Amino acid sequence: MIEIRWHSRAGQGAVTGAKGLGDVVARTGKEVQAFAIYGSAKRGAAMRAYNRIDDKPIITHEKFMRPDYVLVIDPALAFTDKITENDKETTKYIITTHLSKDELIAQIPELQDKKDRVFVVDAIQISLDTIGRSMPNTPTLGALMKVSGMYDLDFFLDSMKRVLAKFPQKIIDANMEAMTRAYNEVN
Amino acid sequence: MAEKVELNEIEVWDGNYAVSQALRQAQIDVVAAYPITPSTPIVENYGSYVANGLVDGEFVMVESEHAAMSACVGAAAAGGRVATATSSQGFMLMIEVLYQASGMRVPLVLTVVNRAVASPLNVQGDHGDMYAGRDSGWVQIDAFNAQEAYDLTLCAFKIGEDMRVRLPVMVHQDGFLTSHTAQNVRPLQDEEAYKFVGDYKPYEEMLDFTKAVTYGAQTEENWHFEHKAKQHKALFDSAKVIDEVFAEFKKLTGREYKRVESYMMEDAEVAIVALGSSVETVRYAAEQLREEGIKAGVVAPRCFRPFPFDEIKEALANVKSVAVLDRSAPMGAMGALFNEVSSALYTLENRPFVTNYIYGLGGRDFSIEQAKTILKEQKANADADDITTNIQQFIGVRGPKLGFFETKRS
Repeated sequence: MIEIRWHSRAGQGAVTGAKGLGDVVARTGKEVQAFAIYGSAKRGAAMRAYNRIDDKPIITHEKFMRPDYVLVIDPALAFTDKITENDKETTKYIITTHLSKDELIAQIPELQDKKDRVFVVDAIQISLDTIGRSMPNTPTLGALMKVSGMYDLDFFLDSMKRVLAKFPQKIIDANMEAMTRAYNEVN
Repeated sequence: MAEKVELNEIEVWDGNYAVSQALRQAQIDVVAAYPITPSTPIVENYGSYVANGLVDGEFVMVESEHAAMSACVGAAAAGGRVATATSSQGFMLMIEVLYQASGMRVPLVLTVVNRAVASPLNVQGDHGDMYAGRDSGWVQIDAFNAQEAYDLTLCAFKIGEDMRVRLPVMVHQDGFLTSHTAQNVRPLQDEEAYKFVGDYKPYEEMLDFTKAVTYGAQTEENWHFEHKAKQHKALFDSAKVIDEVFAEFKKLTGREYKRVESYMMEDAEVAIVALGSSVETVRYAAEQLREEGIKAGVVAPRCFRPFPFDEIKEALANVKSVAVLDRSAPMGAMGALFNEVSSALYTLENRPFVTNYIYGLGGRDFSIEQAKTILKEQKANADADDITTNIQQFIGVRGPKLGFFETKRS
């Protein structure tokens, strides 16, 4: 089972991102679970979303998770939330930041022994440039494809077009560009 | 005629979305709802289907959940297929009218997202609202995941509207853990789903002006008791129809439902009895413990009302120790499920040890590790041939271990 934990603020699209990822993965014949913990939190409150992916039906409903991937889609949460909570020796981190990887790690003691498993991408700036507003969820998925090697970029973009089908073409195109840029820029 | 919707063989839906699709496919005449919190996205989604021309029936927006259920009772008595959705505080406000619905024997469907009841205010999942409905005279069916919430909503119409039942039916699912968790769901196409549910058959409908009928008459000491006795019998007798509908659903989809679900019980020495999404989490724990040599199993009442007394007894006839899990604050008593399961087991020749665990209140996480701890405590009971813990324990609550009643059986 692959487990993914999103650290986000309410309104940044982590739930949509998690469900979108689930949608894409389910169409490749796998079983998925996407959920979030937010209660009555208002826009801007720190929240978490989760994905599980497996070959067989997923019957656990515990919130507890030892994630394979941690996606931090709000820059400040890398400093204020417990992003390394319940992690494993193989957990990979994809963190949205305008800082370089070395600058970021220098400021977060918990990440210092995980250097080779930390990846950075400026999903906020990418979404501002492409989508026109701060919406770091889809670019982060682009970065996840690169880091995890889950699917190749073209297949993933194609699948995401179906997930985003209810939006106007302009927004779909902008999201495609955002994901492509994040895929290429994550390091 | 409403437009049809082409669905994928596999959709990724959460429980709310799955149920709203089932409601759309059932071609309901009237949905009356108060579509804000504490109601659910079920009616919010349904409202969008109405707005987009995917539904022919009426959507009545009312001023409260009490009014929502009242309008549903009226519409059902008038002679239409009726449904609504609620949760938590909204459920509590509906309660008075829930009894009216069952007393008038109107078959309507209420989809309930189980959530905690204030105070303190909490929007997360527990079974406080479901338990508050258990004497209301409704059929109560429990879904453990989004697929089941979809399937059982379709079944609910067929059960309640059967001429041998004519009772309202609730379909429960866990707040957030099912309602907001997207998973693979394999839906039926619109035509197939509607064909399974079938056309609504009116009975003693108020809109038939050639034959005047009265709903909600007053009966004092002279007839009230007889009326309630008949209603109680009708609810018990619905079990047969529920079995038939489940059998028909299996023929159509291959998905099998039973009024009591049993997992790995053939050779089980210890077992957990639970409701809701935890049933699946516990199955996972039991599978892992079997690898460690503990013969663990899981029993789950799919049907909370009518309570499957005999089936529970049969499922647990050969185990040594049973943990019954209640996700509702018992408030000065043992948990309700514990009491009901214990009463069923009391008539067994070899009565197993039964203890009660209160867990997961207000959405508190219930982990695989906790489920394993509970099963290991049952194993310890079985090995010691006595109850080794307090009869009632709280699991997952902060602070020192909380338990009540050291009464031993021997």
